Amino acid sequence: MTTTTVPLTTRPTNRPFSDVGAMIVRELRRSIRSVDMLITGLALPAVIMCVFVIIFGGAAERDGHYVQYVVPAILILCSGFGSALTAVTVAKDMREGIIDRFRTMPIFGGSVLVGHVVASVLRNLVASAVVIGVAVLLGYRPEADLGHWILAALYLVLAITAFTWVCCAAGLLLSEEAAQSVNFVFLFLPYVSSGFVPIDTMPTWLQGFARTEPFTPITETMRAFLSNTNPGTNGWLALAWLGGVLVVGYVSSLVLFRSRINH
Amino acid sequence: MTATSMIETRGLRKAFRGTIVLDGLDLAVQRGQIFALLGPNGAGKTTAVNILTTLLKPDAGTALLDGIDVVRNPAAARAALSLTGQFAAVDPFQTGVENLAMMAHLAHLPRRTAWARVSQLIEQFDLVDAAGKMASTYSGGMRRRLDLAISLISAPPIVVLDEPTTGLDPRSRNQMWDVVRQLTAAGTTILLTTQYLDEADQLADTVAVLNHGAVVASGTPAELKADLDGDRVELVFENDDVYAAAQRAGFGPDATFDPEHASVSVPSSEPVRTTRELLAIADRHSLAVSSIALTKPTLDDVFLHLTGSPVADSTIDSTITTREETAA
Repeated sequence: MTTTTVPLTTRPTNRPFSDVGAMIVRELRRSIRSVDMLITGLALPAVIMCVFVIIFGGAAERDGHYVQYVVPAILILCSGFGSALTAVTVAKDMREGIIDRFRTMPIFGGSVLVGHVVASVLRNLVASAVVIGVAVLLGYRPEADLGHWILAALYLVLAITAFTWVCCAAGLLLSEEAAQSVNFVFLFLPYVSSGFVPIDTMPTWLQGFARTEPFTPITETMRAFLSNTNPGTNGWLALAWLGGVLVVGYVSSLVLFRSRINH
Repeated sequence: MTATSMIETRGLRKAFRGTIVLDGLDLAVQRGQIFALLGPNGAGKTTAVNILTTLLKPDAGTALLDGIDVVRNPAAARAALSLTGQFAAVDPFQTGVENLAMMAHLAHLPRRTAWARVSQLIEQFDLVDAAGKMASTYSGGMRRRLDLAISLISAPPIVVLDEPTTGLDPRSRNQMWDVVRQLTAAGTTILLTTQYLDEADQLADTVAVLNHGAVVASGTPAELKADLDGDRVELVFENDDVYAAAQRAGFGPDATFDPEHASVSVPSSEPVRTTRELLAIADRHSLAVSSIALTKPTLDDVFLHLTGSPVADSTIDSTITTREETAA
């Protein structure tokens, strides 16, 4: 056995990009190597796409092909529960004590969280590409021009980032078991929106909620971009919701990270 | 307190929801020392560690690492220390090498130094065969070794070990002790908390016994033991009936009865004379003695003497308390 006799030079150097880069690599390895992340992150979105078009599609045909109607909703739904995986991975990091270790290292504060969020965005963009690929195989015909595709992609990045920061805060606050159920929020709310069925087909008492809840403008904005139109008021509403979620998620994540709340 | 103190706390106080956990903690650890914090459950060991490692802010008092105030300048303090916590904080989805390389990167080591350091630690911690395997496949001992290796990646001048050998088999524990001794040979200052008194006895230059958030005694293991009345003479009785009779007979005010071993022991500075006296009492009451032992005091006795409770009782649910402390 050998031992270093002189401590290696470690100054409190400030290298935020390098630190965040290492954290992104760390999270991407987790995404690729754990079977449940691969299944929930990539296979499930494809399966959901198939379920909606092949099983529900026949009954839901209304104006034209259902696949044409449902793709934006499935993109938003999958971004939601794809982001919810971050609640679980952050809660795991808390339990395993590695967050404490990072907090005692001279690294850019919160870089581990940024790593989680960036990895989530990349993972969900891949999942979204898979969803669109499956949709095209099922008969989806994109109507958007390049400009609207770019808008749709940027909008999706915003949505995933906002969802992931909120899930990140949830992961810092909740136990690993409780964090597992964060995805129910992202499964339930999109269903009660205009995403999957038009609101006028819902029972009257539910219509008020469906019209005002965030996932209606959020999904309609995505639908507008993908149908090569402008989202109008829905676009601003969606931007306000996602912006608000982003700020709340980001700020509470940083506050929770700095204060020492452990489960 | 001298300028050579690498770790120093003065009047450290911390309370959680009105419960005082640290009540004016004063510590001074000299450069190159191994300093052991011993204490029963809830004595404040982990809270002290958390404050020193910048995870927690004290309500009052100061904590200095190599002269750096951990509250005022946490970034500089972090560069001087490494923490090995009670739970092996390694990524199960990365290999041993990847875990180490990631930490070397985060410690901002130059690339060439980093790789040299990673392979050196892999070898030093007996992880050569497992280096390329996922940490999720590691045994508890291997995980713990990787954990310590990770915390040594930047060879920090101060290493804080929070119960470093809990749950390890004897071979892994000995290996860990060797590594810790080598570290001090290289000039590293080590603060360790432990529930194993023999660990403190084996490793520590100085031991501080913590009770109710303050140091109740400190010194070298030998000094602490010398504070007790030296050696003890122990008579073991033939059976429980004799033991019961012996209790009625009485062996003086200093005698301690141990029902588990059916024995009585008395502290003594003159063991031969004490042995004669004890045997005389036993003869007078016709108590059958099966064996006589002369025991040197252990840190266990010191602990019992100082805190009124044996350390062993408090070891089982130490993790629970730690979590309660941190949750508060």
